[in-house]
Amino acid sequence: MSAADASPTCEHLLRELAPQVLGAVVRRYGDFSAAEDAVQEALYVASTKWPEQGVPDNPRAWLIQVAARRVTDQLRSELSRRRRETAIALQELPEEQLVPSPDEEQEPEREDTLLLLFMCCHASLTRATSIALTLRAVAGLTTAEIAHAFLVPEATMAQRISRAKQQIKKSGVGFQMPNERDRDERLSSVLHVLYLVFNEGYASSAGESLSRVDLSSEAIRLARSVHRLLPDDGEVAGLLALMLLTDARRAARSGPNGELIPLDEQDRSLWDRSMIAEGVALVSTALSKGAVGAYQLQAAIAAVHDEAARHEDTDWPQILALYGLLKAMSDNPMVALNHAIAAAMVHGPERGLELLLPLDGDARIASHHRLTAVRAHLYERMGERERAASLYRAAAKATSSVPERNYLWMKASRLAASG
Amino acid sequence: MKFMLMMNAPRGNGDWAVGDWSQDDLKAHMGFMAKFAQDLKEEGAWVDAQGLAAPAQARIVRAGNGPSPEVTDGPFAESKEFLAGYWIVDVETPEQAYAIAGRASAAPGPGGKPLNLAIEVREVMSGPPVEP
Repeated sequence: MSAADASPTCEHLLRELAPQVLGAVVRRYGDFSAAEDAVQEALYVASTKWPEQGVPDNPRAWLIQVAARRVTDQLRSELSRRRRETAIALQELPEEQLVPSPDEEQEPEREDTLLLLFMCCHASLTRATSIALTLRAVAGLTTAEIAHAFLVPEATMAQRISRAKQQIKKSGVGFQMPNERDRDERLSSVLHVLYLVFNEGYASSAGESLSRVDLSSEAIRLARSVHRLLPDDGEVAGLLALMLLTDARRAARSGPNGELIPLDEQDRSLWDRSMIAEGVALVSTALSKGAVGAYQLQAAIAAVHDEAARHEDTDWPQILALYGLLKAMSDNPMVALNHAIAAAMVHGPERGLELLLPLDGDARIASHHRLTAVRAHLYERMGERERAASLYRAAAKATSSVPERNYLWMKASRLAASG
Repeated sequence: MKFMLMMNAPRGNGDWAVGDWSQDDLKAHMGFMAKFAQDLKEEGAWVDAQGLAAPAQARIVRAGNGPSPEVTDGPFAESKEFLAGYWIVDVETPEQAYAIAGRASAAPGPGGKPLNLAIEVREVMSGPPVEP
């Protein structure tokens, strides 16, 4: 490869290899924190050398070797310091032969990325910790990139990541494959973290973001790699499909000034057809295999929306049926809320309002602005303009999203003007 | 989620009341604020913090009707308290922001007694919400 065309490929390659290399080094030395520092250094060396000198034949082995050398250097200097201080005998250093033989290469490489995810997303860590750690260790983002994505100072993010590493050390979360019994739970924790990263990208996508890493795309990339590792897992496929089917509407969901455009008013010609096709194929395959899970159902609902050429063509009875299944499966009040919306589309706004009633007794959602906004919408459809307008205003007061607040204000003032 | 923690302090005679404190009390207060900022940084919650100049330096600016804006130095709202400074923190729940505000409110005053300052906590608004 010539130096000129090495660079963009090179960056992509490094990001792809980062978790595999880190996984391999953690596996050999056990010390996550030291391994992480060493891999960051190795990636940095590669990012400066490879574009000029070309990518080595086995880039993964090259990176593992450089990172491993850093770890052993570090361990050695630590040892000699201790020896100087206490004159303890030289401990055996871990095996230095690190380049994997070609035949042992495939399996660990697959497994290491997964193990790394299991470790970073362990339930004993806080979600914010898991998110920062996953983006750094698995997605291979720099601390500065993560900080920009979350709009916090780099020093704050650096501190979070270093606390995360301490938490891992203290919690004794091991770098080994969980047993069969724990595996599903650990995997669902991983999927939840990826889902949160995706949503974070969604929420922070407003404003000038040219220099910012796109978290939604990162989440999709990570979900893709988990899907590659576990192609038969329906929920992994479901989550990836859900992300693709949601992200496909990105260009249509906000106006030139960042204003919110709801699903029923979006210009559907702006939707990304290839993402939709991929998402639909993924979720169809997953659903046909049985063992239906919540991500698959949400993806299926997104697919029904995405496949309607116009909002009027939406297959609401099917969406209602899917929300019915989802509601039976989860205790999430947001699901109950969406179920009521679908019921209103099929059976009329009165039915929707009826289904919303029990939510007033659920502390998790009773004072949530979205419940109020849905009620406003249903009263609007019933022609109760004044009531709808005042509920829209109440919802606007309670949201913390600027585009959503502006949208709700607009709805209220439109009703007042036409009434 | 990000929150702005606004520290309101007694308006006094147009200057911060701290100006009249003893040297030891002042030192303790400033030491507390410096350590508080450092702690927030180490906890990974710190986004920004600024202290504001004394109320006597405050001006009210309005576009007005003339060629240049009208700048007046009061009279300000009746309130006895004035914004003295703020922190912006990034945390996972409102409760965590309230806890941080509680720590700030306990900043030591004269005789080392906690000031029990009123800290107004407001969520900083974000971008578009996740589609339902």
